[in-house]
Amino acid sequence: MTRKQKRLSVILGGLAFLAAATGLTFYALGQKASYFYMPADLTTASVQPGQRIRLGGLVEKGTIQRGQGATVAFSVTDTHKSVKVTYTGILPDLFREEQGVITEGTFGPDGVFVADSVLAKHDERYMPKEVADGLKAKGVWQESKSE
Amino acid sequence: MVEIGHFALVLAFALSLVQTIVPLFGARLNNQRLMAVGGPVAVTGFALTALSFVALAGAYANSDFSVANVWENSHSLQPLIYKITGTWGNHEGSMLLWVLILTFFGALVAAFGSNLPATLRANVLAVQGTIGAAFFLFILATSNPFIRLNPAPIEGRDLNPVLQDLGLAIHPPLLYLGYVGFSICFSFSVAALIEGRIDASWARWVRPWTLVAWMFLTGGIAMGSYWAYYELGWGGFWFWDPVENASFMPWLAGTALLHSAIVMEKRSALKIWTLLLAILTFSLSLLGTFLVRSGVLTSVHAFATDPTRGVFILCILTLFIGGSLALFALRASRLTAGGLFHPISREGALVLNNLFLTTATATVLVGTLYPLALEALTGDKISVGAPFFDLTFGPLMLPLLVLVPFGPLLAWKRGDVIAASQRLMAAFALALAAMLVTGLFIDGASVFAALGIGLAVWLVTGALTDLAIKSGVGSVAPAVMVRRFAGLPRSVFGTALAHLGLGLTLLGIVATLSFGTEKILTMRAGETVELSGHTLRFVGLYPAQGPNYSEDRGRFDLIGVSGSPVGEISSAKRFYPVRQMTTTESGIKTLGLSQLYISLGDEGKDGSVVVRLWWKPLVALIWGGGLTMMAGAAMSLMDRRLRVGAPSRRRKQAVAPAGLP
Repeated sequence: MTRKQKRLSVILGGLAFLAAATGLTFYALGQKASYFYMPADLTTASVQPGQRIRLGGLVEKGTIQRGQGATVAFSVTDTHKSVKVTYTGILPDLFREEQGVITEGTFGPDGVFVADSVLAKHDERYMPKEVADGLKAKGVWQESKSE
Repeated sequence: MVEIGHFALVLAFALSLVQTIVPLFGARLNNQRLMAVGGPVAVTGFALTALSFVALAGAYANSDFSVANVWENSHSLQPLIYKITGTWGNHEGSMLLWVLILTFFGALVAAFGSNLPATLRANVLAVQGTIGAAFFLFILATSNPFIRLNPAPIEGRDLNPVLQDLGLAIHPPLLYLGYVGFSICFSFSVAALIEGRIDASWARWVRPWTLVAWMFLTGGIAMGSYWAYYELGWGGFWFWDPVENASFMPWLAGTALLHSAIVMEKRSALKIWTLLLAILTFSLSLLGTFLVRSGVLTSVHAFATDPTRGVFILCILTLFIGGSLALFALRASRLTAGGLFHPISREGALVLNNLFLTTATATVLVGTLYPLALEALTGDKISVGAPFFDLTFGPLMLPLLVLVPFGPLLAWKRGDVIAASQRLMAAFALALAAMLVTGLFIDGASVFAALGIGLAVWLVTGALTDLAIKSGVGSVAPAVMVRRFAGLPRSVFGTALAHLGLGLTLLGIVATLSFGTEKILTMRAGETVELSGHTLRFVGLYPAQGPNYSEDRGRFDLIGVSGSPVGEISSAKRFYPVRQMTTTESGIKTLGLSQLYISLGDEGKDGSVVVRLWWKPLVALIWGGGLTMMAGAAMSLMDRRLRVGAPSRRRKQAVAPAGLP
């Protein structure tokens, strides 16, 4: 095989790879990326039951209910709207009332958000960034909360 | 001492400028004396940086809270080991560790580079000096760890409890040795571009550095993964978190570099590609530093979010990546292309490996950066997690893993796939058997589990086949075989070990994901629970007091067949009063290669506790495979042919044979 042919085959092979990978990547981004919402966004955005999203906000005061076994129900609020969430598992160490959380999961047909993961950030000095940004956008952010 | 450290850091910055300018001009003017400046300056720069680092570590060890950085990240009640590791458990200190390792590698080139061509050595040191200068300036301008507080506080604010762990002593230094180790490959590449000349001796130099960096990076990632596994209490070993991806991308590109450097060294082909790959690998290291240190990501690793730092690192990133790629575009055409080979050959296999690995790197890059780009452009916040990578990274890795055992069995220049396949028949039969056994005889095994186990066995047996064939199993007498086996080049063992390690890691991942079990329940003292054939009794919660925390320790007994306890596991909820933080200490019991993992949740009002239990079969193989890969790299490094000092030793022997016994 001549140098030219070799180079051509490498380039073509590489392009084929790249095309396959690009196709996969776009497909996966369309299908598998989960969008972040705060409760008030859900009135305008159309989220289907079963569609995977991340829901963030503050844990509403007085809504944490320990149910059967390790199932916990609580509401996530952005002070305008709140959404009921259920979660089975161990809540993160920093999970508290009026703390920022991000939950990931899907809406059930009854409108309750069933989370399969709940994140509260490790460092209590910081809100989850998405939640902090969202609260700022909604005008309910108090700087003092970040420190 | 602190002021001495600060002063040493400023001096090191000044020296890095000297190291950048003087050898570079020396090389241009072909002035030996100017070029010779580089070596001593690099060594002195390293010594000064080390002094500066020791000064900071000393301030941490002595809890000198008049230093702002110590005050923010330490506490007098911390155990000494965490006081010291706290030195790099924060943004400023970890950047200091970064430059310490950078100058360390520069000093190594200076110390062991006496057999390098003088101009190449001068240019390499100059490029290394430039990187150093940029990061010294970054530290001094935006992240100075030596700033004093007046008046000095009496007590510090404690190190983030999550970081108060032995993992902090091991993970960051290893990771940085890997990350920053690739700077040498980068410097060699840029130096080659500056000279417009590249030859096989260049590859002989670059390959060991790549191996060293790759070895440490592998260890750093494996250690980080294990740390996250036991510290975070979620039982996961990899989260596709952007920060993890930041270290994984240089690893993937570095793996590609490792393989293309073999082709370049042995066959002097793929020169330009290897050079580009070396640049890209270190660029990804820099990108990782940017992602982690700039605060664009929220993560455990993002210690601080100061926008000026982000902008500064972004400038460094643009300068080095843009500069080196521009130089590449200008000069690459001057480099002569190397040897020819048939597509089906060892070279061809390594090219294929590179295609797969670089494409996989690209998908990880897209998955990591796309959410950032989308948020900047549209404001939409998305998260790209495991489902995305399973769909993109997974399909790219599968064919690569299938092909791995073929590579070492193909000849250089022109290989024979059929002959290689015949040699792999035994491995293939074993893999098929493992697949069938898994699929048919293990309850609840999915098709993926069977395929995964089969693939892992294929990799392991394929690696062993390579060794067996090369030592002549089946064709020569056993005694000859043993002699041949012992006489195999160390790099052959290195390859086999690394590929074996890959198989072990895959086996661990597939077994844990497919056959692991999990239970979440509330337990009271005295209750028992069964999980995958193991019976655990909850003994009770016991309060205890640590040096700087209080904890509730949940004790569990592992009940044997006879009904009596055969082992104990304990998991704790710790409360660190200084930071008002709670952490979960998971309880892990290793049984063979598998682990029982317990994590405590909240305590109920009636004395019951939420408990999460996992059975993780063969989970230890995930990191054991990483260690095996490291061992493979170490083995390759010991190969006499690759040892950098080897040529000079031979020369000395030739000159003075009489002096040898």
